Amino acid sequence: MPLAQTATTVPVVVNDDLCIADKGCTVCVDVCPLDVLRIAEKADGSKTAYMKYDECWYCMPCEADCPTGAVTVNLPYLLK
Amino acid sequence: MDEIQDGLTQIDCDILVIGGGTAGPMAALKAKRKNPNANVVLLDKANVKRSGAISMGMDGLNNSVIPGYATPEQYTKEITIANDGICDQAAVYRYAQECYGIIQELDEFGIRFQKDQNGEYDVKKVHHIGTYVLPMPNGDTVKKALYRQLRKARIQIVNRYMATRLLTGEGRIAGAICVNTRTAEFLVVRAKAVIMGLGAAGRLGLPTSGYLYGTYENASNSGEGYAMAYHAGAGLANLECYQINPLIKDYNGPACAYVAGPMGGYTANAKGERFIECDYWSGQMMQEFFDELQGGKGPVYLKLNHLAEETISEIERVLHIVERPTRGHFHAGRGTDYRKQMIEMHISEIGFCSGHSASGVFVDEHARTTIPGLYAAGDMANVPHNYMLGAFTNGAFAGLDAADFIADVDFATFDEGEVVAEQARVLAPTKRDDGIPPNQIEYKTRRLVNDYLQPPKVTAKMELAQQRFEEVREDMEQGMYVRDAHELMRSLEASSILDCADMAAAASLYRTESRWGLYHNRVEYERDDENWFCHTILTKGDDGKPAHSKKAVQPYVVEIADDEKDAYYNQRVDATVAAE
Repeated sequence: MPLAQTATTVPVVVNDDLCIADKGCTVCVDVCPLDVLRIAEKADGSKTAYMKYDECWYCMPCEADCPTGAVTVNLPYLLK
Repeated sequence: MDEIQDGLTQIDCDILVIGGGTAGPMAALKAKRKNPNANVVLLDKANVKRSGAISMGMDGLNNSVIPGYATPEQYTKEITIANDGICDQAAVYRYAQECYGIIQELDEFGIRFQKDQNGEYDVKKVHHIGTYVLPMPNGDTVKKALYRQLRKARIQIVNRYMATRLLTGEGRIAGAICVNTRTAEFLVVRAKAVIMGLGAAGRLGLPTSGYLYGTYENASNSGEGYAMAYHAGAGLANLECYQINPLIKDYNGPACAYVAGPMGGYTANAKGERFIECDYWSGQMMQEFFDELQGGKGPVYLKLNHLAEETISEIERVLHIVERPTRGHFHAGRGTDYRKQMIEMHISEIGFCSGHSASGVFVDEHARTTIPGLYAAGDMANVPHNYMLGAFTNGAFAGLDAADFIADVDFATFDEGEVVAEQARVLAPTKRDDGIPPNQIEYKTRRLVNDYLQPPKVTAKMELAQQRFEEVREDMEQGMYVRDAHELMRSLEASSILDCADMAAAASLYRTESRWGLYHNRVEYERDDENWFCHTILTKGDDGKPAHSKKAVQPYVVEIADDEKDAYYNQRVDATVAAE
């Protein structure tokens, strides 16, 4: 039974230009109750936070606690 | 991060608190203050800074018993009536007596409560009989204030470890087995006492949106507390008394009549007419809600559009910053303006949660479970209608009692074989090359919960549910497959959810009567006080399946007059009032 790669829209969006993961910030990753955010390395070697798992309670600590306002929580499409 | 690694560490502590949401932090603080030499560990599968039901705060206390507004006797009576009399009053009465002290302590932590011009607490009436609702103007700061206290008290915090099974030995608690949610490494904690504050089983039914995490409860509250207590041999009470909520449709968050009600908002049918006198959540109220929908007068709405601009702005200010702040985004996306439209509501999927209902791990007025040294508090313990203040107060009781308990005991010895067996169970989905992902096991379980367990309850449907759950369990045990430590956490949650689904079906079939309005509406049976005026206790039987017994309701502390007993059944607004 092979696993499929099914596309999904993710509710949490991070603005790369504002994200300071490069400076070692992991606040949004740390506070998420469902642990769905991670830090990714971009093509140019810099880092940014992103939503790795589409398992969002749209609760907002990531947005509220982000020191630079880089994180936006949208509602998952299925319930919006 | 997330790669599965081998590893097992063992630590010792005097008191292990599992769950860093509401009850857990208060339990840890109280235990540490009572015995400053005690080594207290607070463990959470998320991060204590933002974990649990009040991750983003809370807009008020729904059940404060404040001198001058309500008495402990009056509150105890109200909660007993709201639960159709099935209530051990000692725990409710002690809560009612001591919650005011907890409010004052929270005040000292920097959490403010609304006061009137005279500096008195500004308590509002929402319940059917008494006055207990106290707004919190800076309710968004609760978790931060708690966290400061935990650091100050030097509580040892362990984040991102998920407890999976309790350890017992010598007839009492011995500790817990935990797994790191990002590495899959094991942590065995030996403890003289364990306090569980793991929240509701909030991921039991499937939301109508179909989104697995679109739940009313914090979706990380997936029922581990109930499952662990069950496997450890503790008793669970009245699990057939489900929690079902009147929520904003699709958003599945609280419509918050508790906030809007005292300001003039109310629950209405499609014609904008009020049909229930009281918006306080109870099984009887949910039955009226259900009847209105079934009777062709739905949808049901929260009505605010008759209110003045200043009132609506104030309601928005409160509701859009605390508890579920994305609510504002949701309404904006739908084009719903409180000034113009009513807010569509619906009946939620089922869950377990004593926060608003009455089921959970059985505890007494000291938050003691049926296993010595094991405590439970908050949404997962069976003290009815806990809400946030109940979690704080009963968490405090647990911490205080545990501090005494550890004074007289050493670590209980346990069978090391249990750790080996649990490692094998947990890691089984990592040992396969292919199989069913945890999200499909979970989706199927929860869809079956909706199909067969959602009230009104029908015997044949619930028996069918049991058969299907067994098939899913077979698939889970033989074929579940995970690729990393994060998915492993989800697989463990899927297992807890399935355990809770099994318990929900078994408990509902055992009580052959109807009680608690919609929560246990068994269409084939009437209410039967002669045979069922009792608690039902579910334990793990010798065959590994749920076993049941009846337990007498303890003699009342506060007597209820015969003409008061059914007050919660008199909620429907009569036709003349509705037509005005």
